[in-house]
Amino acid sequence: MTFTQDHLLGIEHLHPAEITAILDLAEDYVALNRSAEKHSRALQGMTQINMFFEASTRTQASFELAGKRLGADVMSMAMAQSSVKKGETLIDTALTLNAMHPDLLVVRHGNSGAVDLLAQKVNCAVLNAGDGKHEHPTQALLDGLTIRRAKGRLHRLTVAICGDIAHSRVARSNLILLGKMENRVRLVGPGTLMPKGVEDFGVEVFDDMKAGLEGADVVMMLRLQRERMDGGFVPSEREYFHRYGLDAEKLAYAKDDAIVMHPGPMNRGVEIDGAIADDINRSVIQEQVEMGVAVRMAAMDLLAQNLRRRRERDRLRSISDE
Amino acid sequence: MLWFHNARLIDPEGGTDAVGTLLVQDGTITERDGPCPDGAQAVDCGGKCLAPGIVDMGVQVGEPGAQHKESLRTAGLAAARGGVTTIVMRPDTDPAIDTPEVLEYVTRRATARTPVNIRAMAALTRDRAGREMAEISFLLDAGAVAFTDGDRVSTDTKVLSRCMAYARGLGALVIGHPQDPGLSYGACATSGKFASLRGLPAVSPMAERMGFDRDMGLVEMTGVRYHADQITSARSLPALTRAKANRLDVTAGISIHHLTLNELDLGSYRSFFKFTPPLRSEDDRRAMVQAVADGLIDVICSMHTPQDEESKRLPFEEAAAGAVGLETLLPAAMRLYHSEGLDLPTIWRALSLNPAKRLGLAGGRLAADAPADLVLFDPDAPFVLDRATLASKSKNTPYDGARMEGRVLATYVSGVCVFDAQEVVA
Repeated sequence: MTFTQDHLLGIEHLHPAEITAILDLAEDYVALNRSAEKHSRALQGMTQINMFFEASTRTQASFELAGKRLGADVMSMAMAQSSVKKGETLIDTALTLNAMHPDLLVVRHGNSGAVDLLAQKVNCAVLNAGDGKHEHPTQALLDGLTIRRAKGRLHRLTVAICGDIAHSRVARSNLILLGKMENRVRLVGPGTLMPKGVEDFGVEVFDDMKAGLEGADVVMMLRLQRERMDGGFVPSEREYFHRYGLDAEKLAYAKDDAIVMHPGPMNRGVEIDGAIADDINRSVIQEQVEMGVAVRMAAMDLLAQNLRRRRERDRLRSISDE
Repeated sequence: MLWFHNARLIDPEGGTDAVGTLLVQDGTITERDGPCPDGAQAVDCGGKCLAPGIVDMGVQVGEPGAQHKESLRTAGLAAARGGVTTIVMRPDTDPAIDTPEVLEYVTRRATARTPVNIRAMAALTRDRAGREMAEISFLLDAGAVAFTDGDRVSTDTKVLSRCMAYARGLGALVIGHPQDPGLSYGACATSGKFASLRGLPAVSPMAERMGFDRDMGLVEMTGVRYHADQITSARSLPALTRAKANRLDVTAGISIHHLTLNELDLGSYRSFFKFTPPLRSEDDRRAMVQAVADGLIDVICSMHTPQDEESKRLPFEEAAAGAVGLETLLPAAMRLYHSEGLDLPTIWRALSLNPAKRLGLAGGRLAADAPADLVLFDPDAPFVLDRATLASKSKNTPYDGARMEGRVLATYVSGVCVFDAQEVVA
């Protein structure tokens, strides 16, 4: 048994062998998802609740689809319109849902660490679908799978992550995962969007995008939120695109076969040139979305196996106690 | 009449730690190292340490306004159990202690309800809002020992400079919270690798030095007596050294938490480790311990901040800051003795003598004529802290489950025993 986790809270807690186990199983689900009968019984009889305290389209849809294809009963709650608005605390919400006996809780929250806190209070498997500026583990896993399929391996690659690193949970999870799998990670962006102490993460930091992309195998672009471009972090959209937007000229510094990734949703013309995003020879952005469903199916499958094992063990223990 | 013998007397004034005796009469120390006079009750200290009671500078009591978190009575009980003989209250109550009427109310309630001495600081500005000066003169007459807006840092330097100039004329002590308000806005961790990994909004320790530098400019301008409530970062120390060398009337304090914990203790978002200012790096912590040893930092306090479970059981960013500390101040300070090589008189200089001197109180000494505010403790007694056993109404201590050494055996206020560990056990 390689995968030993009770929850998927962050890449930080995963062993490289566990990452590989998820990706290997995800390959099976890629095949399943491409077949006509997109059904498995891995989560048969189980209940999955999606709690998104922050708005999400693709991640929520991806988790919902993943659960349904595995045969779970899936419920998605739009927390923004729920009792949270009436002043209920996160923990009370969690305990209320916990009383309904879910098996898998998928949670996105605006505060770093909120999903960890919630996981301590419930007795089902919790998946972090993004917490504040902390982690977004399934995104890093789907990115890892996409890279592995495109490049044939997930080690000894040079990966440039570009843009708003400071506010990005995607960047954090990715740089931890890529580091664990022994890749060279470069972070590219202006000082205002670079987290403090980042040099100590075992990454190279670049202010100049061309230098950062030089010889890269993978170029990973991050979304820059428009409200950060009004002079607070970056002077203007056009200056940002000039210095850090991915266009053909800057991409030419990367390896000829370098792939281009983006976690979405994209701001065309801000961080990425539309022509590059649509270039089927370079861009793997659509593939990332496809891998997202498969990786989430794999992660939930493995967590459900551990949950069943744990419950069986507890049951046997309670019998022997009697 | 009480005659303490067979005790290690910890004298921060003389810097000595030696076996001796102490005679207490009518609430005052009358003789040291003398024989037992007729009619005196002998107290055998069993070779343990007898020191001046702790003067805890900067305690938040929830009364008035938040009695469900801590009342004057429970704070007093916690203080007695922790060897704190004088609580110096912060004015961050609701309403704030910003008028002589509120101060009088608090003083009256405190006298009736607490076994230890309670003195109060008053707000520097009305409602601690940083706009209009409080009635500093009236408040002084009513017994305020210092003036502070707590951790609400003034953004209007003109108002602050006027408050300081006015306080200077009255000889009042102003306590500042050195922090640049712009840089530290919204932050709940110290910037660096750890905060970045955890994705928490963070502030550079430089914000503390910038705030301190600003305050030093105003102190030089007005000549006011100034105390920095917490200096927690190595970056601020050169500025503090310079201010003292320039003969500004400046002292500085630090909470025991910043001397014994560092940012890594946050672990997986443990909100009991959320403080204002946030916990610093290990390098900073060690520099601060050295600064206390050198006497550059004058005062160690608990920064007792009671918070109920509801304020803490939240995502880290939304959780309230602060920890209770009255009862854990002494055992935590013993970590400096056991692990950092500080001797007991040096620690007591910062816990007791310096705060008393700075606030113009009589305590903090073991000399004849000093009040008999005493703590008898065993610096080596080990225990594991269980937060449920704390006397405070709120149990938000970062030391829950921690192995500690140092137990208070008895606490005396004006020669009267207000806490005896044996009675509690029995």
